[in-house]
Amino acid sequence: MTTTATARPKGTGRISSNGSLRQARILGLGGYRPERLVPNSEIVDLIDSSDEWIRERSGIVTRRWAGAEETVEMMARAAGAQALANSGIDIGRIDTVIVATVSHPYQTPAVAPLVAHQLGADRAAAFDISAACAGYCHGISLAHDMVRGGTSEFVLVIGVEKLTDFTDKTDRSTAFLFADGAGAAVVGPSEEAGIGPTVWGSDGAQWDAIVQRDSWLDVRDKDLDWPAITMMGQTVFRWAVWGMAPIAQQAIDKAGITAADLDVFIPHQANLRIIDAMTKQLKLPDDVVVARDITDSGNTSAASIPLATLRLIEDGLAPSGGLALQIGFGAGLVYAAQVIQLP
Amino acid sequence: MAQSTQEILAGLAEIVNEETGLDPASVELDKSFTDDLDIDSLSMMTIVVNAEDKFGVSIPDDEVKNLKTVRDAVDFIASAQG
Repeated sequence: MTTTATARPKGTGRISSNGSLRQARILGLGGYRPERLVPNSEIVDLIDSSDEWIRERSGIVTRRWAGAEETVEMMARAAGAQALANSGIDIGRIDTVIVATVSHPYQTPAVAPLVAHQLGADRAAAFDISAACAGYCHGISLAHDMVRGGTSEFVLVIGVEKLTDFTDKTDRSTAFLFADGAGAAVVGPSEEAGIGPTVWGSDGAQWDAIVQRDSWLDVRDKDLDWPAITMMGQTVFRWAVWGMAPIAQQAIDKAGITAADLDVFIPHQANLRIIDAMTKQLKLPDDVVVARDITDSGNTSAASIPLATLRLIEDGLAPSGGLALQIGFGAGLVYAAQVIQLP
Repeated sequence: MAQSTQEILAGLAEIVNEETGLDPASVELDKSFTDDLDIDSLSMMTIVVNAEDKFGVSIPDDEVKNLKTVRDAVDFIASAQG
């Protein structure tokens, strides 16, 4: 290509910064758990299993499944409203709403603008992110960077899933695991750093390890059944335990602390076997409380970390101002981990 | 360095014992991991990862389903050690 003219910048204006690199922290959390409690006995017949098998395999005793009225936007709104109330931040001050979900049943538009509108944040930037079970930690990272960078003053992050809409109730690898719920956090400016550096990444070579069975186009063109989410259990187990423990350790290191400084460890509530094996790999001190909300809540994907955090707070096990290591990992495969200060 | 069948079996029996609490003597070549030793798929994966570390071999996920008996695992490890 031959260049015949050389364009030059005018050089008459300079872009002004929209804020200083202030610190950010989580100011309040909220959650929504569906009304209906589902014991293993309701599930075992369809997967030719038993209560004992499910408990041994996953640690799950009960989980919550959303009813028809408990939609993705309804659960997101409820969790968001509680997070706002707990943070003491008026909805009018929220300038961004991020919803992490893989079960909003519309290709477009995103659910975030609807939730923002329903909550009264009509002018807020609002968008969804798709990072599956790591969605909440991705959202916290984005919110942190937005607050620090000055793009936003206060950000509402919501993780919400109605996974049962995308569950094959006869699938022995997922039917007893997947559940519904929503969790939320308000992130805003603070004097000191309340959210440590995020360690995140992806492994697209394992894109099909957790996957919607068929694309929407194949469902339409080949008249296929509803495309539930399927999972390669052993592959995910190996990746989650031996792949993610070093990521969690990196998040501790990058926060400039040691494991002994942690008050609680809140991994994505995928499976109690994963949680226990990951905790063993991390060699956490005995006084670090480990979230095991999975036993009562099942795997709620993007909602599991905020819901598990809330459970620890409600049980008096997660002290305000204490340090929590949280790590999300899931379909993609994708992951994100950070140390946060508990609200 | 390649190990003998007996050496691999003894090492594998230790790993199985660590994961399940089973008596190492019960880990015999012709035992099935699932039917005889009652080892589920997640414990099997833990045993596989620990075997990789102990014996310096790689056992891909796709290969794990073929390791039905203790002998299958010992033979695979011996072959991988070359």
